[in-house]
Amino acid sequence: MRLEAQDLAIGYPGHLVGRGIALALEPGEVLCLLGPNGAGKTTLFRTLLGLQPPLGGAVLIDGVPLGDLAPAEIARRLAYVPQAHVTEFSYSVLDVVLMGRTARLKAFASPGAADERIALQKLSVLGIAELASHDYTKISGGQRQLALIARALAQEAPILVLDEPTASLDFGNQALVLARIRELAGEDFGIVLSTHDPDHALMVGTRVAVIADGGLRAIGPPAEVVTPAMLSAIYRTAVLVEETPSGHRVCVPAWESG
Amino acid sequence: MRRGVFLLLLVLLVAALALALAVGPYPLRLADVIDTLVRAFGGERGAPTAGEIVFGRVRLPRVAAGLLVGAALSGAGATYQTMFRNPLVSPDILGVATGAGLGAVAGILLSLPVVGIQALAFAGGLATVVLVYLIAAALRGHDRTLVLVLGGVVVGALAGACISLVKIMADPYDQLPAITFWLLGSLAGVKLGDLAVAAPLVLAGLVPLALYRWRIGVLSLGDDEARALGVDVRRLRGIVIAAATLMTASVVAIAGVIGWIGLMMPHIARMLVGPNFARLLPASMLLGAAFMLAVDTVARSLARVETPLGILTAVLGAPFFLWLLARGRQSWG
Repeated sequence: MRLEAQDLAIGYPGHLVGRGIALALEPGEVLCLLGPNGAGKTTLFRTLLGLQPPLGGAVLIDGVPLGDLAPAEIARRLAYVPQAHVTEFSYSVLDVVLMGRTARLKAFASPGAADERIALQKLSVLGIAELASHDYTKISGGQRQLALIARALAQEAPILVLDEPTASLDFGNQALVLARIRELAGEDFGIVLSTHDPDHALMVGTRVAVIADGGLRAIGPPAEVVTPAMLSAIYRTAVLVEETPSGHRVCVPAWESG
Repeated sequence: MRRGVFLLLLVLLVAALALALAVGPYPLRLADVIDTLVRAFGGERGAPTAGEIVFGRVRLPRVAAGLLVGAALSGAGATYQTMFRNPLVSPDILGVATGAGLGAVAGILLSLPVVGIQALAFAGGLATVVLVYLIAAALRGHDRTLVLVLGGVVVGALAGACISLVKIMADPYDQLPAITFWLLGSLAGVKLGDLAVAAPLVLAGLVPLALYRWRIGVLSLGDDEARALGVDVRRLRGIVIAAATLMTASVVAIAGVIGWIGLMMPHIARMLVGPNFARLLPASMLLGAAFMLAVDTVARSLARVETPLGILTAVLGAPFFLWLLARGRQSWG
């Protein structure tokens, strides 16, 4: 299952946000989108998911343009994990995950016992099975994010698109979510995720794409793309990329010491 | 526990039904009820007694109307609250009741027969929502839900202004009282013939809501997420609005504008059975039917002159809302 953007122009009627965007995602890849605020990461996501039409170019799944697919057909191929939010109504966590089964149900059907089993299994995979009957609006932000990932898994779509899945999570929850993402990549999901933190791109990305200045600045392996020069340019502040004694690469702002 | 709640609601409804049938200026006996039913199935017993006439011609249609109106308004309210992701939404959010009101008062102004007034009310309700929907469709590039709501507010306000205009133009001795009473709602004038038309229309609106109940629940996540989960949001929203409008316009046409039920009952139902629409819809309708019967019984019995329903539902609704606010947000979902 291949997700592709061909010469994509994104934005809103009368307002071009980015153009000339070309990227492709294969199973087992984790593509991280990096970029400053306002660069268009969310717009790109919405275009990739078919939530808004491209201003030019095309998004293809296995060669089929998104515009040719019905919402349910797209949902069986692409699963969206938005940033963890609070719903208006107090659904249970299980209800939230069950909503992921919608694309697999017939028009007038409601989820049945088999769907519940799948939903519970996805919750187990993410280690939060015990939260099934809890009120979704009352669990922690990290748990909500995991529940939304479980919902996306319940769609049984081979490609996951995660919009800043670690935003507003504490350090521990961030590590938890990133670990799960790595596990999923190991199971041959194709994953696109956007992040504000270049460290995360270094931790989980197999490829990194930089969205800045109205287009795709760079795309390639993390070591090649996440460089001091690139980071300093897109975030407009001096950044160092250093290797820790344990072999991890981390990004730090280049402040004067002392 | 869930099943227990529905049983409780059914018991509540039956109790309200029994009360509504029994209470009234004319005391009914059980024999009257049985005789009417026997007669309806062909068992001849000479001329009907006064009790049977009261039951068959007055009490029964009124009770049936109460069931229909209460259930329809609450069902529509539950649907809109789910679709617009807002527990403070009423069935009139897109202006159907105000538009129906305008149609009805225009009919009264033109001295149309009752059937004409009802038809104009129905048409007015539908036309208002169609107008709001077209406005939302024309204003592309904006959050569709927001535009629908704003359109409803604007068109509703315009319709309200036109109603005021009609009131000024109406004959103050004949027509104005009729207009005022119509706008406050009453089941007094509802006949079996009215129900024969309204009930199938309400059912026609209910069927798609029941069939699509799961996907309507998914709509409550917001347009983007619902779409990403595989729901054809635009199409479903159109179907849902059409269905809820049909249900509301049908009952407003025969009973006038009765507020607060469509807002309160889904709220209470959500507190009892949770937000899952498959449960919320039937629970709201059961609760709405029972409440409508209870309120109408009070309306008939409170004073020598019938109290319009709109007054009673507002008098009960406002304090209830304050109480909800006092309890805090956690009770809303």
